[in-house]
Amino acid sequence: MPLSEQEIAGLRQHARQLRQDILDVTFWAGGAHIGGALSIVEILVLLYYKYLSIDSKNPQKEDRDRFILSKGHAGVGLASLLARKGYFDFELLKDFNKFNSPFGMHLDKHKVLGLDASTGSLGHGLPMAVGLALGARLQKKQWLTYCLLGDGECNEGSIWEAAMAAAHYKLTNLITIVDRNKFSVDGNTEDVMALEPFAEKWRSFGFIVIEVDGHSYTDLSRAIDAAMEEKAAPVLIMAHTVKGKGVDFMENDFRWHYGGLDSDMLAKAKQVLASTAKD
Amino acid sequence: MAEGLTWNVYDANTMTQADIYGDVLCLLGEKYDRIVGLSADLAKSTKIGKFAEKYPHRFFNAGVAEQNMFGMAAGLALSGLIPVVSTMAVFTTMRAAEQVRTDICYQNLNVKIIATHGGISFGQAGTTHQCTEDIAIMRSMANMTVVVPADGIECGNAVIACIEHPGPVYIRIGRGFDPTCYADDKYGFEIGKSVEIVPGSDITLICCGITVLQAREAARILKESNGLSVRVINMHTIKPLDTEAVRKAIAETRRIITFEDHNIYGGLGSAVAEVIAESGRACAFTRVGIPDCYSLVGYPEDLYHHYKLDADGIVEKVREVMGKDFEEEENWEDGF
Repeated sequence: MPLSEQEIAGLRQHARQLRQDILDVTFWAGGAHIGGALSIVEILVLLYYKYLSIDSKNPQKEDRDRFILSKGHAGVGLASLLARKGYFDFELLKDFNKFNSPFGMHLDKHKVLGLDASTGSLGHGLPMAVGLALGARLQKKQWLTYCLLGDGECNEGSIWEAAMAAAHYKLTNLITIVDRNKFSVDGNTEDVMALEPFAEKWRSFGFIVIEVDGHSYTDLSRAIDAAMEEKAAPVLIMAHTVKGKGVDFMENDFRWHYGGLDSDMLAKAKQVLASTAKD
Repeated sequence: MAEGLTWNVYDANTMTQADIYGDVLCLLGEKYDRIVGLSADLAKSTKIGKFAEKYPHRFFNAGVAEQNMFGMAAGLALSGLIPVVSTMAVFTTMRAAEQVRTDICYQNLNVKIIATHGGISFGQAGTTHQCTEDIAIMRSMANMTVVVPADGIECGNAVIACIEHPGPVYIRIGRGFDPTCYADDKYGFEIGKSVEIVPGSDITLICCGITVLQAREAARILKESNGLSVRVINMHTIKPLDTEAVRKAIAETRRIITFEDHNIYGGLGSAVAEVIAESGRACAFTRVGIPDCYSLVGYPEDLYHHYKLDADGIVEKVREVMGKDFEEEENWEDGF
C-alpha cells in the first residue's frame, strides 16, 4: 500500500533524528563510518518503522523478520536506530568504541540487543541471509529476511556465490537491498574496481532488479511491496544513494567513508541538518 | 547416545569412515528433525550424500562455493536448525576459514563440520587436496571444539556426540579406507575425554586419527621385542584437550611422543607440548608428524611409512627416545 503523506512526514522526522544521532555517536566514538551510515538512513528508517515485524520488548520473538546489515561498518547507524526503537538506552552509545563497551564499530549480536547477526567482514551478510531464508522456508515460517549490502562489498566473490544460491533456491522470502552510494574506501567504485553494469550483473545471476532513489520513501516502499509480491525469483533493490547524505561537506566525498568530528565540525554538521529540516 | 547405532567390525571394515558417518547421520536425521546437511559439490565423495538421498529437502548443495556454504550454514543455524556441513578439510579450514571463524565461531553457532580428506589421507592428490594445517587453524578459533576420530566407529560416535554438544564442532577424518581400531562403539566415547587404549608405564604415545591403531600395534611389538610397557592414548579431542591425561603421563612415564597426520606445528603435538611446558616438570618429548613441509605425493600407506606414522615408524621413534638416557642429564630431577 502506498505511503500516506502523514507516514512520510513521520519517517522524515525519524530520519532527521537518526542523522543527528549518527553525528553525535561519531563525535563520542572518536570516529565512525559516517558516510555509508548517512547514505542508508532512509532505508533503515523505512525498514524499522514500516516494514520489519519486530518487537523491542521481545527481541528474540521467533516469528520476527530478520535484518542483516551486510555492510556491517555502518553499525553506527544501526546501533543509533536500535536505541531509538527501544532496544537499549541511547545514552549507552556514549561509550561507543571505548574499553569494554558493548558497541564497537562492527556490532556483535551477543552484546547488542536487536541484532540478528554479527557483521563487519564484507561479503559475509548475504550468505548468512541466504541460509536464514532457506531455514525459514524449510521450517515453514512466514518471516522475511532483509539484507542490506554495500556496493563496494560486491567486489567480494562470496556475494556472487550467495547470489547464485539465492537464485538457485528461488528465495523469494529474501529481500536484498544494495546501497549504491558509488564509493568505497579508496574512491569511486568504478575507479577502484568497476561494478557496472551492476544491475545487469544481478539480473544475469537470476535476480529481479528494481532500481530506485534510495532516499525516496515512496520509491523504496513501492520496491519493497513489489519484492514481497514476487514469487518467481529473488528481488534485488538497487538503491541509488548519496554517500554522506544530509551533510553537504560530506556528500559524495569518499574521504568521509570513515571520519571523526571535533566539536566545531559537529556543530557545523548539525547546522546543515537543521537548515534542511523542512525539506 | 542414539539407539540402534551399534557397529561391528564387519560393518566397519566394509565401510569407510565417511560411509559410517553417512549412515549415522541418516539415523540421527530421524531423531532430530532440525538436522540439515550441506556440501559443496562433494556430497558423493564425503558421503553426506547418504543423508541427502534420505532427506532431499533437508540437504543443500552449495555448489563449488565453500565461502557461501559456511555462511549459509551460519544462517541456517541462526534460523534454529542444526547444519552438518561436509567437504574436504583443505577447503573448510582455508578457503572458508574466515566464514568458519567469523560467521560460525564468533557467533558461537550450532554448526557441525565433518571435514574429510584430512592430513595426507588423499596423498595421491597432491598438496592442493592434502591438509596438514587444519587442526592448528581450527584449534586457534575460540568456541570451536576439535575432534579427530581414530576410525569409522569413533567417527560415528563423534557425530552422535556433536549433535548434543552445543556450539561449533570440527570433526576431522581421512578419506576412509583406513583399518578399524575399535571392535565396537561401546568404549565410552566422550568429547574432551581421551581413551587409554593400551596401559603402560615406560613411555606414553599420544595419538589421534590413523596413528592410534598404528601405535597400538607398535606397543604390542615393543612389548614382545623389547619388553617395554608402552602406554597408548587416543587423544581424539584436540580441543578441549584432556590435560589431565597428559599430566598423568608426564608423572607416570616421563616420556611422551605424539603421532599425528598433521604438520608438527600447531596440532596435537603442539597442544601436548603446551601442557608439558606449563606442568613445570621434566619430560622427554618428541613430536612426530609431517615435518613442516608439503607432503610427497603417494598412496597414504606409503606416505605414513615414509613419515614414520605407521607401526614400523612408531617402533623406531620409541626405540630412539628410549635409547636416550635422560636421567643422566644434570637438570632432569630439578625441583621435583
